[in-house]
Amino acid sequence: MATAIECRGLRKTYDGKVEALRGLDLDIQAGECFGLLGPNGAGKTTTIEILEGLLQPTSGDVRIFDQTWHENERTLREWLGISLQETRLSEKLTVRETVELFASFYRQPRPADAILEQLSLTEKADTWVGKLSGGQKQRLAVATALVANPRILFLDEPTTGLDPQSRRQLWEIIRTFQKNGGTILLTTHYMDEAERLCDRLAIIDHGEVIAAGTPSELIDRLGGHHVVEFSVNGTRNAQPIDVWAALVGVESVRTDDGLVSLNVRQPHLTIPALLDAVESQGAELLHLTTRQASLEDVCVRLTGRHLRED
Amino acid sequence: MKAELPPISSALDSDGRSRLPKKNAPWSAYSHLLIARMRELQREPEIVFWVFVFPLLLALGLGIAFRNKPADVSSVAIVAGPSAQHTLEALQGGSSKFRVDILESHDALNRFRLGKYDLVIIADEQGFTYRYDPARPESVLARSQVNEALQTSAGRRDPLHTNAQASSEPGARYIDFLIPGLLGMNLMNSGMWGVGFALVDMRQRKLLKRFVATPMRRSDFLLALTSSRLILMIIEVGLLLGFGILVFNMRILGSWFSIILLGCMGAICFGGLGLLTASRAQKIESVSGLINLVMMPMWIFSGVFFSYERFPALIQPFIRALPLTALNDALRATILEGASLRTQGVRLLILAAWGSLSFVLALRWFRWS
Repeated sequence: MATAIECRGLRKTYDGKVEALRGLDLDIQAGECFGLLGPNGAGKTTTIEILEGLLQPTSGDVRIFDQTWHENERTLREWLGISLQETRLSEKLTVRETVELFASFYRQPRPADAILEQLSLTEKADTWVGKLSGGQKQRLAVATALVANPRILFLDEPTTGLDPQSRRQLWEIIRTFQKNGGTILLTTHYMDEAERLCDRLAIIDHGEVIAAGTPSELIDRLGGHHVVEFSVNGTRNAQPIDVWAALVGVESVRTDDGLVSLNVRQPHLTIPALLDAVESQGAELLHLTTRQASLEDVCVRLTGRHLRED
Repeated sequence: MKAELPPISSALDSDGRSRLPKKNAPWSAYSHLLIARMRELQREPEIVFWVFVFPLLLALGLGIAFRNKPADVSSVAIVAGPSAQHTLEALQGGSSKFRVDILESHDALNRFRLGKYDLVIIADEQGFTYRYDPARPESVLARSQVNEALQTSAGRRDPLHTNAQASSEPGARYIDFLIPGLLGMNLMNSGMWGVGFALVDMRQRKLLKRFVATPMRRSDFLLALTSSRLILMIIEVGLLLGFGILVFNMRILGSWFSIILLGCMGAICFGGLGLLTASRAQKIESVSGLINLVMMPMWIFSGVFFSYERFPALIQPFIRALPLTALNDALRATILEGASLRTQGVRLLILAAWGSLSFVLALRWFRWS
């Protein structure tokens, strides 16, 4: 497999003091869907914009299909389809006019009609952009990227703020592009999206990659397989967290607004011990669930933050 | 190297047929950008109003307000008294026309103060006292006309014989002065707003960044923006001058070719200034302030509504160096006097210098994101 995107030691410092990226390495294979995850302000957009050749890194190398931005910008621009975060396209142009405008920038674009049909925008072809819904606008943004007939698709938070149906529509579009041999790099802070779409992902925090791999690898390695969540009231002990951490089979403990989460390997050993502990503390169990660990658990464990704090 | 690239089969459509799209012509981006720009302008009713309708309304309003008409009839108040009626008859019998009323002293002075009367006449045993305001031209005029009429009716004979000939022809009227000035101002307004505001708006919407993320040549983009300005300019010139010809019987002495050429220089010069003001601004609020700041001195000094000769001689060189002054002077000389462009080298040079300087600086400083 050829390497589609490769970057080494990417650093970006704003105004000589704010370190947005602190030595970031990535390898993205041709034909894969790669996700960049991380909390707000972790450096996802900075990374993707450097890879897109829109931002100059303070230091570090970027190669896309073995070409550099410095030497071969024009060719690379023909190869990439880009959807930026929050571009507001001209409201007084119709959907078709917008797609045709973007098509005119490329040497060999795809026909606008085929793109509109693929993104279910044919009905809206003659509607002004200003009159589209959020989901339709986002599909149009992806349409302006796909009309380039790109080898790589860059999507910066393509589904933020969309309703579930629009999100699923976009996922389908991304999968089709991948099935046809395209490479995708996307950023998201929806964990379910990353789990479903991405072959591999990298979690970024404070400008560095803190974990990378396939979703299941990451969960296996860092999620602790199972999560036992419960809440209690009236514990005798002032530091109950130490009690939970000492239970059999507990790998890590996290509390979040009264809800205690235990990462465990074998729930059938931990849960009876937990119930005994609650009993001996004289506390009352308000809530108890157990579930498979998810990417969200991985991220929270790694970054100490939920990806969507808003 | 291309052989190593993974096959991209997205050129295959869902029906499996290979539909390799046709190649775009080299000018395709330019023409699409220009058409998109023109469509946006045409679909924005506010732009149509401010660029096309507003200058016509301004010309119409000012043209009517300052139309050349016989001087207003002076209005005169006579303070009631024994000889008031006699004075009134003397004034109405003369060759000048007055609007005369007889009022109580208090009333007359009060209305004079409010500007309802130009002059108050107070008659007494010795003769007449005129109360007038030396700061109001119509008051000064009324005083001299009334004096003339009263002296003549009292039997004065002039020692010298004089004759007066009335003459007011197209070309010398205020509206003739005004329309080329409005044209210049309009080219400045639409150039600065049409380029400066539009660019910052696109930057704020991250559309500029989205454009440079494609293979679009930046020169195509700027060229399309300039072209759209020139097309608008031709419409602006045609509308305003056509309006002057139809409504105010304006006479165009210069050639239309020279006028359009001047319009091009003006549009490009102010487009360049607009580009310069927009080169860094991130928000439309800040560019609006900047544009107004740049245009303000030219509104005041460049002789749009009145001749800049009224300003002190000391600042005349500064005024003449402003691009709008050069454009207005050149437009007036061409339209009203039929002067050829060859005789206006300095003005053209000033326009070209402002235009090219701002283009060079703007392109150096311009930020696409």
